[in-house]
Amino acid sequence: MIAPHRRHGLWLAFIVHRLSGIALALFLPVHFWVLSLALTDPAALDGFLQWTHRPLVRIAEMGLVFLLSVHLFGGLRLMALEWLPWSARQKTMAALATAGSVFMALWFLLSGYRMA
Amino acid sequence: MEAQAEHVTTGDEASVHVRVWRGDSGGGQWHIYRVPVRRNQTVLDVVTWIQQNPAPDLAYRFACRVGVCGSCAMTVNGEPRWTCRTHVNRVLRDGQLSIAPLRNLPVVRDLVCDMTPFFDRWSEAGGGFVPGIDRHRPLPAIAPDTLARRAADAAIECINCAVCYAACDVVAWKRDFLGPAALNRAWSLVNDERDRGNRERLRAVSGDAGCHNCHSQQNCTQYCPNLLDPAGSIAGLKRTVMRAVLKGEF
Repeated sequence: MIAPHRRHGLWLAFIVHRLSGIALALFLPVHFWVLSLALTDPAALDGFLQWTHRPLVRIAEMGLVFLLSVHLFGGLRLMALEWLPWSARQKTMAALATAGSVFMALWFLLSGYRMA
Repeated sequence: MEAQAEHVTTGDEASVHVRVWRGDSGGGQWHIYRVPVRRNQTVLDVVTWIQQNPAPDLAYRFACRVGVCGSCAMTVNGEPRWTCRTHVNRVLRDGQLSIAPLRNLPVVRDLVCDMTPFFDRWSEAGGGFVPGIDRHRPLPAIAPDTLARRAADAAIECINCAVCYAACDVVAWKRDFLGPAALNRAWSLVNDERDRGNRERLRAVSGDAGCHNCHSQQNCTQYCPNLLDPAGSIAGLKRTVMRAVLKGEF
């Protein structure tokens, strides 16, 4: 239950940025460990990559792409907020960051991307 | 489950179901009142009706009733609002109204908060004007269309209602955070060409409790009843502090 004073886009943008940051901090060590398999155990890496072609895993990957995108665009929004001349269009910028992230996630899902 | 006390006094007349938090710094409970509906009724009208009818000992604070004095702010259905200019029919939720004291400030009694911490933050943020000339020298002319003058203008209409202070989660998490109103005041003085206190002011607003604590949730701008933009003021302070650091000014 979100408290009434937090039910607006910019507070939600704040919490999404924080939670996506935590999620990425948890994801990245696993990601680098998987990449390290290319050197230590290529067969295991191939097996893992085959596993990522399953539809449910792919949808989960779309979630990761969304987290990465929303943290990236949200971070750019915050840097613009703090470094550039102030704009009253803060909600528009948060909406654009979210829309860009949704676009990136859907583009990833629909692109037919395959790891060779 | 919080205790509730019910006071029903209006018979069959169309009424609003109102929960009012009553107590003091040691704790309190919700009291329920049935308040008759009136045309163009404000939340302050509701509180006043309760005080004048079933609860003469209800403590609340107001003065001007027209959105100038900034003394009647309360938490209405979980959101900080100036009650004198908040119409009941715009904030009713399922026909109900809950009214409580402002968040982030100590309660004196019922709906009255102790504003001391709020004004302490003003002082700590360098909110006092520091004159640069005495009465024997002429006042410098300040063009109304300069960037600094317009920035000061945008921040200057604060009525000290503490709605932004109550809305701010960072204030709730870090009690010594200067808060949006004090930082907004500091920003208006940073842009005041007559003021000579900026060196100390920028130190004050960039300290441990200063503007860099702001997480840009912008609850302050969302709720400011005068439509000011304290979040923009805080961002302006951050830029000004950074420029001063890069120039080696402190």
